[in-house]
Amino acid sequence: MPRKEITSGNWAFAEAMRQIDPDVVAAYPITPSTDIIMKFAEFVADGKVETNFVTVESEHSAITACVTASAAGARVMTASSANGVALMHEIFPIAGCFRTPIVFGLVNRSVGAPINIHCDHSDSMAQRDYGWIHLYCEDAQEAYDSAIMAVRLSENDDILTPVFVCQDGFITSHGFEPVEYMDDDTVKTFVGERQAVNALLDVDNPVSYGSFAMSEYYFEIKRQQIEAHKKALELYEGIAREFESISGRYYPMIDCYRTEDAEHVIVVMSSASGAVKDVVDEMRDKGHKVGCLRIRMFRPFPVKAVAAALKGKKAVAVLDRCLSIGGTAPLVAEIRSALYGAGETIPVNSCIYGLGGRDFFPQYAEDIFMDLINGINTPEERYIGLLE
Amino acid sequence: MSEIKNWKEMKDVGKPKKWQDVPMGGIAYGASAENVETGQWRSIRPVWNEEDCISCMLCWVQCPDRSITVDENGKVTGIDYFYCKGCGICAQVCPKKAIEMRPEADFA
Repeated sequence: MPRKEITSGNWAFAEAMRQIDPDVVAAYPITPSTDIIMKFAEFVADGKVETNFVTVESEHSAITACVTASAAGARVMTASSANGVALMHEIFPIAGCFRTPIVFGLVNRSVGAPINIHCDHSDSMAQRDYGWIHLYCEDAQEAYDSAIMAVRLSENDDILTPVFVCQDGFITSHGFEPVEYMDDDTVKTFVGERQAVNALLDVDNPVSYGSFAMSEYYFEIKRQQIEAHKKALELYEGIAREFESISGRYYPMIDCYRTEDAEHVIVVMSSASGAVKDVVDEMRDKGHKVGCLRIRMFRPFPVKAVAAALKGKKAVAVLDRCLSIGGTAPLVAEIRSALYGAGETIPVNSCIYGLGGRDFFPQYAEDIFMDLINGINTPEERYIGLLE
Repeated sequence: MSEIKNWKEMKDVGKPKKWQDVPMGGIAYGASAENVETGQWRSIRPVWNEEDCISCMLCWVQCPDRSITVDENGKVTGIDYFYCKGCGICAQVCPKKAIEMRPEADFA
């Protein structure tokens, strides 16, 4: 029987790890993801899991151990945040290329300097081009559910790609809210046993990882990674529906909240979408046709679904919790590109918010909607909640 | 995705003609290195003198490329130039100076 608990995003993710019982977890703690590994270490110490838990000397070693364990054929999970994620940077493209499934609890935190422990998306967004799947969760329930779904997505024979399951640092990771847990057997049946291909421990079919590929074949191997992402777009829906059949919860790649007949839409990711959806309801009550489009899957980016959801709108505002200093913020760049490709030339306002954990108030969402409604649209980046 | 699932399929396809022909993740299947002619890299060649050789096996132990050939009785029979990169370790370790390193140009 499913059970409900008041818990945090981190503990919910750790509970999913206990139920999945991965073969290997290699980790190095960093705020705000520390809780995941602390809780999981408790499960290890109490004999609740059979995992080989490897405590290493740095995040670089943690992810290296994860990649090699996955190449050996193990089911692997880990977690990190912020500068810890940045230290892993060198190994991420290797995991992507080696096609080593890993489910990674990424608790979003701003990357220093200045040192700051609170949420923004600058840690995960800096890793967006290295062949990992990115899922961004709105709440603790979604973080728990996504950890379980991500195992199937990551280990699918046609995908074989590591997955970041992102949740907002402190807001989601440390906020307590009700979460429904499935029973252990349901989770274990859903994730099954990993059936690894090209496993290093398969001594009857020996392989070597990490061979040289110069100008003759490097490009072709990258093309295969692109194909894996295309497959992830194709196969995601089936996995999401299967997950729905065991949990009753369905998570589409993009979450369209009252967007269908909306004239003005805010595009946002992760926890801030809760506030935006509330504001949508309030403004709908006042007669404004507004909606919220939450991007859950950022890599592979669901270009067609996004373009279809925004087609025919009068104007759109995109909220990025991340900068691309001197350029265009990651989410708005994707949205403008998707719309341009679909022949849409509607105004797209770029709004930067929430950096370093700056609060995002419902009033901000209302102001952003009112600018759209009043036609105050400009291509320049706007800064929400900045002292100016 | 790669259409190549093992070493045999890779051998059948030969040189990749499309991106699907390259093994996934650039992995190398077991024993595939046996077909790589590293002897092409050689600029100096070890020449083995059978008369001076006492089959002490020091060269066989030290050779990084398994290029010292030996018969079933443990007697050195020569050098496998398909793999030998010409590093010269065998000549260095030989107590009888039974291996001489000579420029490849001498054999052109």
